[in-house]
Amino acid sequence: MEELLTEYLPILIFIGIAFGLAFAIVAASLLVAPSNPDPEKTSTYECGFEAFDDTRSKFDVRFYLVAILFIIFDLEVAFLFPWAVSLSGIGIFGFWSMMIFLGVLTIGFIYEWRKGALEWE
Amino acid sequence: MIAAAIAFYVFATMAVIGGLNVIFQRNPVHSVLWLILTFFNAAGLFVILGAEFVAMILVVVYVGAVAVLFLFVVMMLDINITVIREGIHKYVWAGLLVGGVLLAELVTVFTSWVMFDDAASLSTAPTPDPNVITNTEALGNILYTDYVYLFQAAGIILLVAMIGSIVLTYRTRTGVRKQVIADQVARRPSDTLEMVKVESGKGLQ
Repeated sequence: MEELLTEYLPILIFIGIAFGLAFAIVAASLLVAPSNPDPEKTSTYECGFEAFDDTRSKFDVRFYLVAILFIIFDLEVAFLFPWAVSLSGIGIFGFWSMMIFLGVLTIGFIYEWRKGALEWE
Repeated sequence: MIAAAIAFYVFATMAVIGGLNVIFQRNPVHSVLWLILTFFNAAGLFVILGAEFVAMILVVVYVGAVAVLFLFVVMMLDINITVIREGIHKYVWAGLLVGGVLLAELVTVFTSWVMFDDAASLSTAPTPDPNVITNTEALGNILYTDYVYLFQAAGIILLVAMIGSIVLTYRTRTGVRKQVIADQVARRPSDTLEMVKVESGKGLQ
């Protein structure tokens, strides 16, 4: 347990450095950079026009579709890692258990491929 | 070991701060960013517990995919913040009910774990010693054989999610000119092009 955590110590140190650096950069630009805002300076700039409307506009729903399909295959890959690590221990049953799992998801993959959900036009 | 204790308190405090900010931020996009911080800290806590695999999956799946999906949803909904705040008194009771049920469940699990010393030994799959076997291997040893039905059920749920999201969101658009590469490649010059020899001074027909 101690050993495991010692292996993770460099990552912790890196996280600390990353946090420290991020704070230092933001703080330095707050302290050092000259700042005298006026209403014209801080207003939204859109190629010289007045801003037409709110920045919050609706996204195309297809971004969502791509993201959710990505999550599903991400999870599928996540299941493969422990399987690959302990494949020698779980025998032929464990192997075919994973093959059936992959087969079920391949059905879904073929469905979305044939349906054209992966195409962007 | 003192470093682990310090790391635990830092991660735990940050996770609680992040969780509170998820609720109290006015801008939903900021809420999602605080949620990402909470996920990272939860991953740190899992590493301290010795559950490396769960920690990495938390970072890869939750931070890498789920939080991005949340951001998409938040941005896609075209949220008007003042409109959202209007219904808060109407929905606060439903929220409290769900939160209360969740809290009761957590308290039940935690107290039964603490009050009965042999609770850990009674579980079907006791947590193996991380010095003997790594977390990833320990999961792999039971997930695909002992818990095969749950594993296959997870596969079916993923399939349902995949097909469901396609059925709900997929629209075929009319009037879009798609590129059909096979047609392009199959096109011959003779199909579309005619070479005509024109004599001088006569013109075409």
